Amino acid sequence: MAEITLDQIIQPENMVYTRSRIMTDTVLHYCPGCGHGTVHRLLAEVIEELDLQSETIGITPVGCSVLMYNYMDIDMQEAAHGRAPALATAIKRLMSEKFVFTYQGDGDLAAIGTAETIHACNRGENITILFINNGIYGMTGGQMAPTTLPDMKASTCPYGRDVQMMGNPLKITDIVATLPGSYYVTRQSVHTPGNVRKAKKAIRKAVEYQKRNQGTCFVEIVSNCNSGWKMTPVDANQWLEENMLPFYPLGDLKVPEE
Amino acid sequence: MGELRLMKGNEAVAEAAIRAGADGYFGYPITPQSEVMEYLMAEKPHERTGMVVLQAESELAAINMVYGGAACGKKVMTSSSSPGISLMQEGISYIAGAELPCLLVNVVRGGPGLGTIQPAQSDYFQSVKGGGHGDYRLITLAPASVQEMSDFVRLGFELAFKYRNPAMILSDGAIGQMMEKVELFDPVPRSKEILPWATTGKTPDRERNIITSLDLDPKRQEDFNLKLQKKYREIEEKEVRFEKIQCDDAEYLFVAYGTSSRVVQKAVQLARSRGIRVGLFRPITLWPFPSKEIFAMTEQVKGILSVEMSAGQMVEDIRLAVKGKIKVDYYGRMGGIIPTPDEVVEMLEKKIIGG
Amino acid sequence: MAKVRGAIVVDTERCKGCELCVGACPTDVIGMAEEVNSKGYHYAYMKNPEACTGCVNCAIICPDGVISVYRVKTT
Ligand SMILES: Cc1ncc(C[n+]2csc(CCOP(=O)(O)OP(=O)(O)O)c2C)c(N)n1
Ligand code: SF4
Ligand code: SF4
Ligand code: SF4
Repeated sequence: MAEITLDQIIQPENMVYTRSRIMTDTVLHYCPGCGHGTVHRLLAEVIEELDLQSETIGITPVGCSVLMYNYMDIDMQEAAHGRAPALATAIKRLMSEKFVFTYQGDGDLAAIGTAETIHACNRGENITILFINNGIYGMTGGQMAPTTLPDMKASTCPYGRDVQMMGNPLKITDIVATLPGSYYVTRQSVHTPGNVRKAKKAIRKAVEYQKRNQGTCFVEIVSNCNSGWKMTPVDANQWLEENMLPFYPLGDLKVPEE
Repeated sequence: MGELRLMKGNEAVAEAAIRAGADGYFGYPITPQSEVMEYLMAEKPHERTGMVVLQAESELAAINMVYGGAACGKKVMTSSSSPGISLMQEGISYIAGAELPCLLVNVVRGGPGLGTIQPAQSDYFQSVKGGGHGDYRLITLAPASVQEMSDFVRLGFELAFKYRNPAMILSDGAIGQMMEKVELFDPVPRSKEILPWATTGKTPDRERNIITSLDLDPKRQEDFNLKLQKKYREIEEKEVRFEKIQCDDAEYLFVAYGTSSRVVQKAVQLARSRGIRVGLFRPITLWPFPSKEIFAMTEQVKGILSVEMSAGQMVEDIRLAVKGKIKVDYYGRMGGIIPTPDEVVEMLEKKIIGG
Repeated sequence: MAKVRGAIVVDTERCKGCELCVGACPTDVIGMAEEVNSKGYHYAYMKNPEACTGCVNCAIICPDGVISVYRVKTT
């Protein structure tokens, strides 16, 4: 039997994966290998699969993902640093039939925006929060974040985070899980294909559950910042696995009672 | 004739918001304006009109809720008093930068810092000169009665939507707390219109809508700023509002707004009973400031006394307006003290007539 | 015996050369080109196309969404 040629395989009817049409053609400005792009893609796929484009209003943070609205073909608002959950609160209350999400980094969500995060989740706002924890301030050039690990280096803790002096990293997702207003709380990562698949399932749940009006759905993605960490993308993902995950273990922290 | 009621200024704001068809109110308690949210919550506007009212965790959250709602094209508002308005400045700047309509109410108390809960007018600069960062302007309305507290809610929303710009009612603790008869306007239903620029979900018939104040390209950022400035010039051209009281034969002029203008109205009577021909010019819009109209008065009057419950803020705009043609001075009290008509007349005599 | 054959198409101009796809491929299909794209990145390509099973691992790990995957069953 004759071997099948590449040209025969690469035919539209054989396509099993391509970028979601919810992603625009604009090239992402992120550094090579940055997890932000992966998470954008997963969210876009979920919005496409659930046919939510015309109902979706997304909020971008201040941080590397501030320009997310250039990459997704949906209505979006750009919030001030840390305030995305406040915007989302009002939008969802004014238009309860819409799908409303925020997308926030760790500085945005767990430092400057801690109050907005905790109170939106505690009120049980029916919104979905995607929280990208890369343990550092990416956009401003690699300063210490609330999530920076003990002894981890950043530009404002060049000798490593001294917890005696600089305080401890904040596991805000664990706090969110304890709040009566949160409905689904999970921690995922996108550093291996297997984890990407799990993260997508989690994001899909966090989107679908919003229709139930039972409270806030919160997905932390432990991600990389190879520029801030000063590593190659491949090394960064390895480092993530060896250092971030023991401190921020993956898995569900709160699941709905079925 | 609309419904007549005896109400506090703050309550009038709240009732007017429901009647104006507001979609949402987001606030945080602070004296002397907490009655706004208290009244709203007691009225259950979610039942009356479907209006959303939410007590936020801070003024920071409240103003950003306003941003989110405004970006959906909704009629949304907040109210606060000086320290709370300071905390909101970041959000106000973003709202102006994203060209969103909304209504802000500042029931001013004395400052700086925690200051006092008594009335003051010391947030004039903050309101008309910017307050937050960047070159932006707030349409600023200064009510002098409970009636105007109510009327300006409707007017403020109208102007905000007409220009896609935040509008501020700059009141003070005296007007917020005082009870007066007010004729309420008839309620209008909440709007169902979907505004073309609003983020309401991207439907196949249009491009996606993005609400942002960010543009990293200097050329585009400058162009955007020029566009904003053009809008501000148009507002200055078309939206100046003021009232002249006993100005026809005036030789001297008081300029005062809000609570001060009420005191000055008494002072005008008092002065005239002593044979001093003085009038009151009351700016209703503090921005746009009635500069041309005040300049026009220099043909007629010999001097102007600005009366303010501050260390002299509006007087700077009056000086700019009269371009040195006549004498301009200021008299005011601070820290929550309201000047008396006697003091005001005495100061007119001392600083303007005799000076 | 049924056999699955796959192939990938890399949008080379959008590839940032991060190499995450290389390690994600269970059958060592992907290599990085000697040449660079107009941004100066060495881009991913199928150095070993026969081994591709179309498992989409590479495509889902790619942060820039530049990989499309095709798959056929052959007998
Ligand atoms: C009020 C305010 N303070 C500070 C900044 C500067 N700033 C921009 S992004 C950022 C940190 C972003 O870090 P993170 O949220 O972790 O997102 P990442 O860039 O890592 O994705 C800071 C401090 C700002 N834009 N606004
Ligand atoms: S700086 Fe870090 S978070 Fe920002 S794009 Fe680069 S890798 Fe991603
Ligand atoms: S589809 Fe699977 S086998 Fe083919 S190149 Fe990608 S990862 Fe390798
Ligand atoms: S993962 Fe994507 S961007 Fe990175 S090298 Fe592979 S194809 Fe290029």
